[in-house]
Amino acid sequence: MLRNIRTDTKQISVPVSQAEFPEPFPIGLEYSAPARGHWTIAHVALSLPEAHIIYVCPQGCLRGVVLTAAELNVSQRFSTIEVGEENVLEGDMEDQVIDGVGHILEELPYTPPAVLVFTSCIHQFLGIDLNMIYSTLRQQHPGIQFTDCYMNPIMRKGNWNPDQKMRRQLFTLLKPAPLDQHSVNIVGNDFPLDRTSDLYRLLNDNHYTVREVATSRNYAEYQKMATSAVAITTRYPAEAAGKLLQTKYGQKYLHLPFSYDYAEIIANLQKLSAELGITYQPDPNAITATDQALAAAQQVIGDTPIAIDYTFSTKALGLARLLLDRGFNVTDVYVDEFDKEDQADLAALKASAPNLTLHPTIDVGMRIAPRQSSEKLLALGQKAAYFNGSPYFVNIVEGAGWYGFDGIQRMAKLMIEAYNEPKDIESVIQVKGLGWGCGCI
Amino acid sequence: MHDASGYAGIYTTHDEPRWYEMDSLIFVSGLTETEAILGDDEKFINDTVNAAKRLQPNFIALTGSPIPMVIGTDFPALAREIELATGIMTFGFDTTGMNSYISGVGLAFAELAKRVCQEPTTKSDQLAINLLGVTPLDFSINDTVASMEKVLQDQGLKIQSNWAMGGSFADIKTASAAQVNLVVSAGGLPAAKILQKRFGIPYVIGTPYGAAFTTKIVNAIKQAAATGENQLVCPPQGNAKTVIVGESVNRLSLANAIYDATGEAATVLCPVDSAPELLTDGCISAVDEDELKPYFAEATTIIADPLYQPICPDTARFIPVPHEGFSGRVYHGSMPNLVTGFENLLMKINNETKKG
Repeated sequence: MLRNIRTDTKQISVPVSQAEFPEPFPIGLEYSAPARGHWTIAHVALSLPEAHIIYVCPQGCLRGVVLTAAELNVSQRFSTIEVGEENVLEGDMEDQVIDGVGHILEELPYTPPAVLVFTSCIHQFLGIDLNMIYSTLRQQHPGIQFTDCYMNPIMRKGNWNPDQKMRRQLFTLLKPAPLDQHSVNIVGNDFPLDRTSDLYRLLNDNHYTVREVATSRNYAEYQKMATSAVAITTRYPAEAAGKLLQTKYGQKYLHLPFSYDYAEIIANLQKLSAELGITYQPDPNAITATDQALAAAQQVIGDTPIAIDYTFSTKALGLARLLLDRGFNVTDVYVDEFDKEDQADLAALKASAPNLTLHPTIDVGMRIAPRQSSEKLLALGQKAAYFNGSPYFVNIVEGAGWYGFDGIQRMAKLMIEAYNEPKDIESVIQVKGLGWGCGCI
Repeated sequence: MHDASGYAGIYTTHDEPRWYEMDSLIFVSGLTETEAILGDDEKFINDTVNAAKRLQPNFIALTGSPIPMVIGTDFPALAREIELATGIMTFGFDTTGMNSYISGVGLAFAELAKRVCQEPTTKSDQLAINLLGVTPLDFSINDTVASMEKVLQDQGLKIQSNWAMGGSFADIKTASAAQVNLVVSAGGLPAAKILQKRFGIPYVIGTPYGAAFTTKIVNAIKQAAATGENQLVCPPQGNAKTVIVGESVNRLSLANAIYDATGEAATVLCPVDSAPELLTDGCISAVDEDELKPYFAEATTIIADPLYQPICPDTARFIPVPHEGFSGRVYHGSMPNLVTGFENLLMKINNETKKG
């Protein structure tokens, strides 16, 4: 029998100097910590104003998304079609979707402008004809826009995992329109870009309209995203969305990754300026203010150990690198996998902080690992707070709406607040979809 | 759980409300498309063996989900391989993700009854019972279970074991020392039948809600102990004007407790799996919106989880009774303890009736 050598040496910590790319830990059975602040594909879908969401899945899969909608108090925008064993055996799953969606639309007290129909792993494995389903739905309900969405976690190791695909599909409903050279889309983020962020201010100061799903108050405003001449992504999982806007709608796509690296922040803004033909000079005052904010935080926090987890920011390693560089005592980073944008930070940390300890969050050993710290510890992220039992934590997921120097300054302020004001870990981190909102509510 | 990981968020958020404070060893396999297409069970087996060696659990349970069902994963066979490799008792359940929690709970407790319960050395001197079907999905974490045990203990009964909230694995091993099993949710019924077959222990079906109905249950337990005959103390009480939605044993018991206290009958609509013998004109299987709506249209009072309210007609009074198995943690703040809070529910029903 072949031995699966990946499961031979489980461990729950490794110095960064020994971490391999892209998986620093072997991945076996997986534990799920009770930190629920991160968004799911249901949260992303429900952020589209006025759209109705229909999930077609087996009962076991439906429960989570049904209750997500209930917790957000948007059950009226959410319907389900339950796939049973009889559907699998009888092979009527195409009809089930078409008839089920039709029935739901008949029963709805209003006609939604758009319906997001989610199929699941089982449709994929049974070779269901999705093209026929969606084309039939479009013929039968010409006044409604339909798009295909996927709750198929079995594809999470694929080129586009369900999260990436969801962020992309959110833009498939746009109707092609003439481009407005003074409109820019920010796509694929959970949260609206902070109005004080360097990126927003650069666009706003140059009289560009910034369009985002998160700030669209209704479906018509969302549709105006089709008119933007430029689409910007700031996070790696959003790249598929950006590429779609380029290929399908002719928008110029720019990936300007969120970063804690001053030079990269400046380079991103310069790249955008060059593309738009506007002037940008790095603001020395912003840089000074950022240095001062970090110094002020360091003065308060001192040598207190700091733990960071990947839910806090897509650039957990970049954050560790910045903080270590500024004299903070970052001791632990919780991360299960790296993506391509982590490579430079990983290499730098191997050289500059070889003893920085990495931990997985999903390894079975984390279920029983001691969840307390012997001394006061500042956690950046819910999972870091949970695994260290630290009430001193910054309660942010996915980097909030931060960007640029302004984002770092905001973070530094929250670090001081979190250091001084303990939170109730259990009640805070178990709230699902932290900060979820929809412009239509 | 042999699953791609989609289920992880469900049980950690809604199905296991003790997830934060209790180190339950529940994990997902993270099944990938490639493993499913290639029928690669080796990774699942190796990962499970590896985890078991590190964690040394009392037993291992493998459960299925939709894709393992589609590709025909043989869970009992995988369980045998893992048991041979680890020396740890291992169960394999062909669950599919297409049935309600009642069916899975029933399978799990049945295996405990078959393989974990040991031959009794002696029977308990005191009249002792096992509580079968005690899950957080049925009774939440609002002290209902402790209250249920207390009202039974107050009537002179000993709780031999509780399947399975708050008790221990050792308690379940010695469950055969009890004289009677009390089935408090439908998930406990398969185990009751196995324990009867293996050890001749009779069972009583009913959940102790309300003083009068609890006394009935206790009397039935005594009768079962004396005669060896099973007792169903929560017969259907058909009345289309009042409907109660929920799990069959639990809600039939509530209907009977209300009847014993007020003389008013109610029909139970059961949207989850149930034992066929419990389904009658007074306890009807009605799973989805289309099946439930005709009954709601006839009703003047509907007692159900608040998630049902949007599909209830304005012509009926709606009395919300949150149930973990339906709405998870969504209404934890108002989750009633129906053992100690039965009178409050009655008052609510009476007040609503007067308002109506």
